[in-house]
Amino acid sequence: MERHFDEELNQLKKELLRMASLAEEAVAKAIKALEKRDESICRQVLAEEERINMLEIDIEEMCLRLLALRQPMAVDLRFITSAMKINNDLERIGDLAVNIAERTLDLLTEPLLKPLIDIPRMAMIVQGMVRDVLEAFIKGDSKLAREVCRRDDEVDNLNDQIFRELLTYMISDPKTIKRALDLILVARNLERVADHATNIGEDVFYLVEGRTIKHHIEEKQSDK
Amino acid sequence: MNLDKIVVKNLNFYYGDFQALKDINLTISEKEITAIIGPSGCGKSTLLRCFNRMNDLLGNTKLTGEVLFEGRNIYENKFDLLDLRKRVGMVFQRPNPFPLSIYENIAFGIKVHRAAERKDIPGIVQKSLEAVHLWDEVKDRLKKSALKLSLEQKQRLCIARAIAVKPEVLLMDEPCSALDAIATLKIEELMQELKKNYTMVIVTHNMQQAARISDKTGFMLLGELVEFGFTRDIFTRPKDKRTEDYLTGRFG
Repeated sequence: MERHFDEELNQLKKELLRMASLAEEAVAKAIKALEKRDESICRQVLAEEERINMLEIDIEEMCLRLLALRQPMAVDLRFITSAMKINNDLERIGDLAVNIAERTLDLLTEPLLKPLIDIPRMAMIVQGMVRDVLEAFIKGDSKLAREVCRRDDEVDNLNDQIFRELLTYMISDPKTIKRALDLILVARNLERVADHATNIGEDVFYLVEGRTIKHHIEEKQSDK
Repeated sequence: MNLDKIVVKNLNFYYGDFQALKDINLTISEKEITAIIGPSGCGKSTLLRCFNRMNDLLGNTKLTGEVLFEGRNIYENKFDLLDLRKRVGMVFQRPNPFPLSIYENIAFGIKVHRAAERKDIPGIVQKSLEAVHLWDEVKDRLKKSALKLSLEQKQRLCIARAIAVKPEVLLMDEPCSALDAIATLKIEELMQELKKNYTMVIVTHNMQQAARISDKTGFMLLGELVEFGFTRDIFTRPKDKRTEDYLTGRFG
């Protein structure tokens, strides 16, 4: 049976996808700016943050309105509460892209420390996570959502590896400290983007399956 | 874990050739509120009436399976029907006070069931009316006709009448459907209080109400108990597609 409510839910989904594409684009641009050492792209990322922030507020209001007026249940309830959480995660991803752009602007004031290898690799994985988790959301694909969550470990490992490598630069030559720190922060921001993509993956899994995979709770429960 | 108060096993019920209940199995736990929801004609009221053998009053019906009240099948021949109805009270959709005084409405059942010594009756009437928060409103007009009360007061009176004989279980068949939103909330609050002492089963087609007040919920469709479980699970993550469709209004 068709419901008027479905139109409102579709509208919410559309807004959320718009938000998602803005956040995804912000990360992609920030990484591109870093790789190409392009100041103007950095400035674009900073300028577009406002749109993401405004959209976050709109989506939050939409969710609250639907909760209050429709008193949704079951999958409708799970959809709206998940949308609220995904909304927050996307806004944070937008913030992190801005952080990366700011670090990049800082890096542009000095010559390149070393050719970038691991950070672009890490960025590729992270962007893939964001892209796939949104596909999982659109298609209601809990398997893909869970698979995205599993990629988080790989990103964490890369982040550690990048940190250790840059640490050796800083120890051997104090003049590299500022640039090395900027790169460490870029990696850390990317790692956090992956964390938010993982959160979204967990929310998508809950939305579709009605049970949580957060904090490896299933393994803990089966151990008991 | 609360005790099993009523256990239904493989229950089938027929009105003539029409099968109204299909192989129902469920357990009503003591001192909990169990809600039965489902669309009109799904059999939820029929199921409720099986719990105190109200369906016996109708002709041309057949029942198979068991309804165990504290372990004893209430459909076995030697089960004392009067005793059953005293232990399993009922509240109906339309408040149905007797055309008697407020006092007599409560005292009547106590006398019929010889539930107390004559001298204790006034005290029990007061306690029952207090339990439903009606005492302060009616204590000065106990001799007046109960039919003069507001709809919500009448429903409270009917609940007071039901609990006056100290039942263990209260069956409620759409107890709020004749009441407005505020009156409904008051009855719901009352049910939460009564839960301390009574086991309650409520039939409602208002799912928000079931969500608000019950501990467990059963969803019925076409005579079948489709899903039964904790209310918090049923309304957030039902397992059966038919429950999901009903709760989200996609049903039909």
